[in-house]
Amino acid sequence: MKNDVQSDHQSVDAPDTIQEAMKRDTAALFSDNARGAYAQALLDLMDEGKPIVVVEADLMKSAGTAPVFERYPDRVVQVGIAEQNAVGVAAGLADMGLIPFVDSFAVLLSRRSADQVWMAVAFSDMNVKLTGLYSGFTTGTNGPTHQSLEDVAIMRSFPNMVIIEPADCSELRQAVRVAAEYAGPVYIRNVRGDLPAICDDEEPPFEIGKAVMLRPGNDAAIIASGIMVQYALESRDLLLDEDIEVRVVNPRTIKPLDEDMVLLCAKETGAIVTVEDHSIVGGLGGAVAELLSETRPTPLKRIGVKDRFGDAGTFDWLIQAYEMDVPCIANAVKEVIGRRAEYAKD
Amino acid sequence: MGIALEQVRELERICLETRKWIVKMIAASGTGHAGGSLSCVEILVTLYFRQLRIDPVNPAMPERDRMLLSKGHAGPALYAVLALRGYFPTDELFTLDKPGTRLSKHVDRVKLPAADISAGMLGQGLSMGVGMALGARMRNNPARVYAVLSDGEQQCGQTWEAAMCGAKYKLDNLTAIVDRNQLQVDGFTEDVMSIEPLAAKWRNFGWHVLEINGHDVGQLLRAYDLAQAWNGQPTISIAETVKGYGISFTAGKVQWHNQVFTQDQARLALAELGESV
Repeated sequence: MKNDVQSDHQSVDAPDTIQEAMKRDTAALFSDNARGAYAQALLDLMDEGKPIVVVEADLMKSAGTAPVFERYPDRVVQVGIAEQNAVGVAAGLADMGLIPFVDSFAVLLSRRSADQVWMAVAFSDMNVKLTGLYSGFTTGTNGPTHQSLEDVAIMRSFPNMVIIEPADCSELRQAVRVAAEYAGPVYIRNVRGDLPAICDDEEPPFEIGKAVMLRPGNDAAIIASGIMVQYALESRDLLLDEDIEVRVVNPRTIKPLDEDMVLLCAKETGAIVTVEDHSIVGGLGGAVAELLSETRPTPLKRIGVKDRFGDAGTFDWLIQAYEMDVPCIANAVKEVIGRRAEYAKD
Repeated sequence: MGIALEQVRELERICLETRKWIVKMIAASGTGHAGGSLSCVEILVTLYFRQLRIDPVNPAMPERDRMLLSKGHAGPALYAVLALRGYFPTDELFTLDKPGTRLSKHVDRVKLPAADISAGMLGQGLSMGVGMALGARMRNNPARVYAVLSDGEQQCGQTWEAAMCGAKYKLDNLTAIVDRNQLQVDGFTEDVMSIEPLAAKWRNFGWHVLEINGHDVGQLLRAYDLAQAWNGQPTISIAETVKGYGISFTAGKVQWHNQVFTQDQARLALAELGESV
């Protein structure tokens, strides 16, 4: 016992270079699948010769891009805790024909660097990719300051900005490739932690502006993005027990929104629920509401954070406390189906 | 390295022409920032007519040197210089801020590809310059990057984020020039928010610092040469200038930050600049 304590003590005191620490962290991070998938996607593209540069603002560990730094140290630009500069530097790199991916917390890219993203990237039409990490409640225990509940709303209000929200790691890997191949600004919304496998091989390849129908059904449609897709699928299962068959759609890109798919859902089901790990103001729900109210008014319920700040807690606790969990989604479906019936009587 | 007197005289002549166009554009459109446009004329003329490796016929040439007007409100000065350099006819200058123009007073690179960046929100240009200089190095592109900053921008935090980054990466292909005209919207920089000692600040941030007279064409040219010869550090030239320089009633006057020439004032200004009306 005494020896064990001593050896622990020694290992703590043992000289540890940053490189060694990074290698250790890398192994740990690869077990966290969203980060691992992101790094792997970048590495694949770089191995193929794509001129990708990763711009880090002291969040390489959060982004999971340490393996990129290990293999391509000269292609990682580390600017420190300076997100405004990170975005400007990325714009300059893009001007020189490189494809920069800026990694930072979604809150920082959208809130702190809003003006830089607007002027140096969107307005300037620079080929910059922004990866917003720890989106929504996925960083629950870091509390409200770190929970990005407005990033999609901010980014969506900028012209010339593509917004991708992958629902699983397969989509994330495809999204990174699609973003790299697309010439122009892209915002990728990434989670903290693990994303369960949702897509199967039969699904159409990832395309900007193309939604995918994950489950059929004509009683109502749930349009859910990112990490919330899995909860939408569970709600569908729950509702099947009550003989309600709900269609589940994953928009994949929130901007441009696949308007044809949303309107088809409206036409064929007449009752829609949106689900997002984000404020109901200005995000997916906002986008769907804007489209439907102007084009085909349809009973709609937006599941998401109802114009409130976040709170510290685990993801599971938060989505329950903020009425975004599976029973809430199922209830919302019943509510819109009820409204559809009411409107039909009028 | 000596600089031929003839070359200096020719550049000074172009500066005079540029100033006349700035007055004419702003008078014609009724908008524009005269003071900060007039203060950076020598800086822009020496860059575009001597220093930059550029080709007005092929403005998108990947190996071209980059010129980033971070103080985007000096658009009229940039446009006058670009037109005189042959990027577009001088007649287009009269479209400043008119409906459908490519020349809005704050520069838009998408509309006007001859401009290397869009600007107008201050404090962002040097970050883009750092990215371009880094990118040029990564791609073995011989382009040099020049960023023209205002002195007011020295109050922006992002300027110093970029300063740290440029020094960290030893970007000796990057040269910044500060148009140190002492004035900003609300008064003297030293009253609004002191930025001095500016040279010492940049030295402490790891930059090679030159202090020059920003209206002296010869000094500007020598500073560019020194910067180009310098290794291992980015260079910044703090160019002492006068806001509204070249016209007696605008020089050093804070209200000329964005005051517009009336037709009478324009005639007076042009007469002072030697234009026979």
